[in-house]
Amino acid sequence: MSTLTTATAGAPTAGAARRAPRKARRTEPIYYLFLLPSLVLFTLAIPVPALIGIFFSFTNSVGIGDWDFVGLTNYAVAFSDPAIWQSYLFTFGFALVTVLVVNAVAFLLAVGLTSRIRLKIGLRAVFVIPMVISGIIIAYVFNFLFSNSLPAAGQAVGIPFLETSLLADPDLAWVAIVVVTAWQAVPGTLLIYIAGLLAIPGDVYEAADLDGATRTQRLTRITLPLVAGYVVINVILGFKNFLNAYDIIVGLTNGGPGTSTRSIAMTIITGFNGGDYAYQMANATIFFVVTVLIASLQLSVTRGRNTP
Amino acid sequence: MTTTTLTTTPSRSGSSVPPSARARVRRSRERWNRTGTILLALCTVTVLLPLFVTVSMAFKTTGQAVDGKAFSLPAPFSVEGFVQAWQLTDFPVGLATSLLVTAGTVAATILLAAVASFAIMRNWERRVFRWSFFYLLGAMFIPFPVVALPQIQLTGRLGLDNPLGVIVLATMFQLSFSVLLFTAFLRSIPVELEESARIDGATTWQTFWRLVFPLLAPMSATVGIFAFLYAWNDFMMPSLIISDPALQTLPVRQQLFQTQFSNNYNVSFASYLMAMAPAIVAYLFTQRWVMEGVTQGAVKG
Repeated sequence: MSTLTTATAGAPTAGAARRAPRKARRTEPIYYLFLLPSLVLFTLAIPVPALIGIFFSFTNSVGIGDWDFVGLTNYAVAFSDPAIWQSYLFTFGFALVTVLVVNAVAFLLAVGLTSRIRLKIGLRAVFVIPMVISGIIIAYVFNFLFSNSLPAAGQAVGIPFLETSLLADPDLAWVAIVVVTAWQAVPGTLLIYIAGLLAIPGDVYEAADLDGATRTQRLTRITLPLVAGYVVINVILGFKNFLNAYDIIVGLTNGGPGTSTRSIAMTIITGFNGGDYAYQMANATIFFVVTVLIASLQLSVTRGRNTP
Repeated sequence: MTTTTLTTTPSRSGSSVPPSARARVRRSRERWNRTGTILLALCTVTVLLPLFVTVSMAFKTTGQAVDGKAFSLPAPFSVEGFVQAWQLTDFPVGLATSLLVTAGTVAATILLAAVASFAIMRNWERRVFRWSFFYLLGAMFIPFPVVALPQIQLTGRLGLDNPLGVIVLATMFQLSFSVLLFTAFLRSIPVELEESARIDGATTWQTFWRLVFPLLAPMSATVGIFAFLYAWNDFMMPSLIISDPALQTLPVRQQLFQTQFSNNYNVSFASYLMAMAPAIVAYLFTQRWVMEGVTQGAVKG
């Protein structure tokens, strides 16, 4: 019925003037119906659990049974807990290195794939394959390569450095995690860079050629400044994703050797089995605040630059 | 394997560049870059080698698989690994679960995000809708690990510690990003189009399904691809939410080979191959769409 009223009300105005009296229009109930399922499910799935988690971070709950309020004890303990510090240090260091590696590799590949080469489509298709493979399965495959094939190859060639598994070395296991994470993350980043490079008009390069620019000059003076916005997007998106690292680490080292490669996400999840429910909820809340800070930084940067 | 064909093809066809009457500067750049092509083709080894090892290990016998030569070809050719992997991981059930979770997440994400975005964009002047938009977008700030523990408990209490629960949660984690994409796209559709449909007597419901939703198709594809990649590949959420191991998705089932049967490499690799093959095959047939969709989504988001 309400549709009928809007239809009849809209008919004369549409013929007479463009700017129909929008403000006078009542919102049709159907729009609420369209929005409601998303709002309800979303609230139950994410904000409610988040609030429950924050609430329990002020208690001594172990997940089931009785609990008491303990104030900020969990937070105080968390801030002086070497295990938590280690997981933050590891995760941030890992995310930083991986972001650099992924962006450098993806950018170079994108430059190559947008230059005058043969088999452009085919090569691009191959480089994107890792994107469609599950992280945990990639990690299992690389786990085998790192712990069996690489040491075997090292022994055959006689390089003592390679003879022991990378994954068994507490100081170097993170390198393997960076390699595998990069292997999977390069395609997405690559596609964004390709879009950025293709958006650069060709006549800019022609003008540079006429002015006698060298290849390096073209790269540093034209290409890089013109894709700067895409670099910002890729770095921020990547960093945010890598901070949540879980799947690939579980498949490669499962946090080991010892706890040397245990990420923040993995530490939080230990609260599920270890009886540290409330304590790890405090950790999760801290992590949430950190994520919000990074995300707001992202918003201010992307809005400010007015990137694509 | 593929690398050799990739490098030989260009050299065979040589420099068959159509002669053009353009300026000399232009002409010198029109030639294809031989070194670049060969270099990039060599780089594909980094992608193809792990896949080659997976395939070749999968077809070995158990005896050959433990000999330490990962890069050797299977001799004799054996499907024994596949037979065992099929039974050990209960592959049909795993595949069905993964397909159900993926299809459910893709459909629910497209549907819910499209109708919600439509309602938001057409009532932007109303505060409720504007605020709902920012509320839904807020979830981009909440990654799964932050809410994982309470979600495990909640889904357990509500009887959603199963694939259905994963569909609901995965859809909700995809929602913010998808709403962002749909609203951006809806802005580019002229409202006049809908107004003329209304003049012809269409209700809002009809206008949306017959006119707007079909127009949204390119963005639905993008949203669907992102939802697919997430739902099909994710390990963390299903491994924590689904409590019954018999109802686990394919990626989670692969854990089996880390705890047991850890020396039957041919079996584990056959299992990995079966778990990754469907997505790779689907990708090879739709690669252009996938690449375009991901580019569009990532650049807009």
